[in-house]
Amino acid sequence: MTKGQAISLQKNDGGSLTAVRMGLGWQAAPRRGLFGSRTREIDLDASAVLFADKQPVDVVFFRHLVSDDGSVRHTGDNLVGGVGQGGDDEAILVDLSRVPVHIDQIVFTVNSFTGQTFQEVQNAFCRLVDETNGQELARYTLAGGGPYTAQIMAKVHRNGSGWTMTALGNPANGRTFQDLMPAILPVL
Amino acid sequence: MTAELVRGQNHPLSQSRLEIRISAGTPVAAAAALSDENGRIHGTEWVAHPGAPVQPGLEVSRQAAADHRLAVDLDAMTEAVHRVSVLLALPAPDGGAGPARFGAVAAPFVAVTGLDGTEVASYTITGLDLESAVVALELYRRQGAWKVRAVGQGYAGGLAELFADQGLAEAAQLASGIDEAVARGLARSVQAPPPRTSEGDRSRQAAAPAVGPDQGAAPQGAPVPVPPSYGGQPSGGQGGPQPAYGGATDPHAASGGPVNYSHPGRQTSAPPPPPPTAPPAQPGQPARPVAGDATGWSMEERLYNQVWGMFEDLARTTAAYRSAVDFAESRMDKELEQALSDPRNRIGGQGDAAREAARARCSQLVDQARTSLDRDVAQLVAEAEVVEPALPPAFARWDNPCWHAYRVPMEIPMALRLGDLRLPEAEPIRIPMLLRLPLERGLWIDSGRTDSLDGSFTDSHDMRRLAMDTAVAHAARLLAVYPAGEFTVHVVDPAGSGARALAPLTQTGVIAGPPAQGAAGVTEVLARLTQRVDLVQMALRGGAPDALPPGFDTSQQLLIVNDFPHGFDDRAVNQLRYLVDEGPSVGVHLMMVADREESAGYGPLLDPLWRALLRLTPVPDDHLADPWVGHAWTYEPPAVPHGSEVLRQVLTKVAEARRTGSR
Repeated sequence: MTKGQAISLQKNDGGSLTAVRMGLGWQAAPRRGLFGSRTREIDLDASAVLFADKQPVDVVFFRHLVSDDGSVRHTGDNLVGGVGQGGDDEAILVDLSRVPVHIDQIVFTVNSFTGQTFQEVQNAFCRLVDETNGQELARYTLAGGGPYTAQIMAKVHRNGSGWTMTALGNPANGRTFQDLMPAILPVL
Repeated sequence: MTAELVRGQNHPLSQSRLEIRISAGTPVAAAAALSDENGRIHGTEWVAHPGAPVQPGLEVSRQAAADHRLAVDLDAMTEAVHRVSVLLALPAPDGGAGPARFGAVAAPFVAVTGLDGTEVASYTITGLDLESAVVALELYRRQGAWKVRAVGQGYAGGLAELFADQGLAEAAQLASGIDEAVARGLARSVQAPPPRTSEGDRSRQAAAPAVGPDQGAAPQGAPVPVPPSYGGQPSGGQGGPQPAYGGATDPHAASGGPVNYSHPGRQTSAPPPPPPTAPPAQPGQPARPVAGDATGWSMEERLYNQVWGMFEDLARTTAAYRSAVDFAESRMDKELEQALSDPRNRIGGQGDAAREAARARCSQLVDQARTSLDRDVAQLVAEAEVVEPALPPAFARWDNPCWHAYRVPMEIPMALRLGDLRLPEAEPIRIPMLLRLPLERGLWIDSGRTDSLDGSFTDSHDMRRLAMDTAVAHAARLLAVYPAGEFTVHVVDPAGSGARALAPLTQTGVIAGPPAQGAAGVTEVLARLTQRVDLVQMALRGGAPDALPPGFDTSQQLLIVNDFPHGFDDRAVNQLRYLVDEGPSVGVHLMMVADREESAGYGPLLDPLWRALLRLTPVPDDHLADPWVGHAWTYEPPAVPHGSEVLRQVLTKVAEARRTGSR
């Protein structure tokens, strides 16, 4: 998927997607010499912001793992990253059929909590997966991305009775999703 | 690695010689059909079935059985064959033998294994109901490689409908031919179901059915495939319709093997029986709920988790609704304000139209939100309808029939139902309020005046009586769910005002002694319990729990205090606070039946006491919050049906068990 491209989340057989997962993976910082514990860990965080008519209604991030309505769930904070072989280190699951009726957009973001820019992070990626069959719908590579610490990845928005996903990939800077709000609002 | 497939999922096959193992708790006929790339069966010779068990590259067994092994050699298939479907059918119910629908039997389990027995993929066919024939799996060619897919497509019309669906012209003849062959085989096999033999018996011969058809029909009509076993029965070594086939590599055979390694007295060593799973939803309608459809080692734990799951679901779905309504209303307010402030709207009907549109937009969104809330509530109501009857006494309402069949338990239950919880948006559903046992904090039955929800006025005298009745019902439930003699209730009733309410406890003789009266009685009971707390704490802190005096009663203690602070002096109040703080960790609990206002004279001194207790009310009251979104839930105390003797009957049994008990 390329920046700005939109795909409908209707399945080929006419049914629509019911559950999607936004997965985030990156490679942990390499151990260094004697005081290995002083390795500068890389902590990326995935967040999802739920909007109703351009008003943020709920946020799912590492401090609030489940949206109040239960439709969006974060699998938990990963502070260090993984082996960098394509597995998700953090994931946000969205049960599209249960998203409250007034929520019309869900924006996914990635932040570098520890402050490294995406240039310094190895093998980082972000992907969107159809949770019902594990098929990957979209994938971004963040590694070598540039001198910024956050990215607004994608938005999923209502489109008639179904949902459409738009890949955004807008770079931004910030430690948590709050810092990104000014950057998110223009893409709604 | 075994891939556990779900319906529709596929998995690559690396070997061409395979075995397909089928395990259905009841005799079934197995067949395999070959079809071309369009899914068409070209003729009867493309089907291996009990009447014609061998086809090129394919062999099935001659008779119906609970367990099957089908041999498949994919290399031996002709080029035209693109798909091998594995079919299961229930024998025709002519002879009255066996159930005629898959909904009445345990979910069939199908596994694809290599010749050495290693499982490649497995699939449990759930969600069947009226179907009597089912396409379990299909092995299919995709770009030169073979894959397996879990299908699970059932046919209520049996094999005839199944074959017709696959384009076989002679569908009906073939189906009846199979039925005949099965009937012949069944006649042979029903008589003597030989016991399962050793590993040597790995022939193509169908493994002997562990259950006769009459037994196989046992779970018919029962909504829960797994019998709830609240006793100390380890699941291993349990007979009955279990997947039972040989092969040491098969994890499912672990509990059915000849040697039972599980410790007879240790429940957790044996793997838990598989939980009943909700069948997958039919397209377009929600899945049928099943009691015990949650994780856990025992049925009790599963039901506990399921109830908490329902609690969370209701909390969240209501949160979604409330949030949508709030949004709709605030949007409408904003739009109305806009319409009002727009000077163009001051003239003509434009303003009215704008206001009308705003209102319509609001009510449309609210209606949508209501629709999804109603859908979820309906689903939860359906779940509650199957869960409530399946609950064990400790989780059940007083009007549940299981209380009439009450027997003194041998084990402490996981949790206790303290009442029901509900939300105003979802009136039809009541969530059982389950509290983990042993109690971690005391209870406070508030006899103070609360603004009752229905607007009815309960005067303070009635309130006190109701509070005491509620306290007695809670205490009775605690006594009933603990094994005989492991729960002791003391009562302090300084003025004797609770005598009538306490009658079920005093008359059946389940409490430790007559209710303590007067200041002297209060002092004596508190001194005894305080000393007990000291003693147990000392023993535990000293690391010598054995040092307690011989014959020391190790049961949990509950002290019911009525009419607080009547009869309490400063020393007694301090002792009470001590019990609240230190008691729960050593099994001494407090149940206060009190109006907080009456002890207002003590000032803030008693605030920690009330805070430490879980407040319950004798009338419905919305003071409890859920841990997820913090809605105010309306608590309803557990009501004993009017005129019912169930409480007294249960307590009589408890008293009997205490007298004749082991201690």
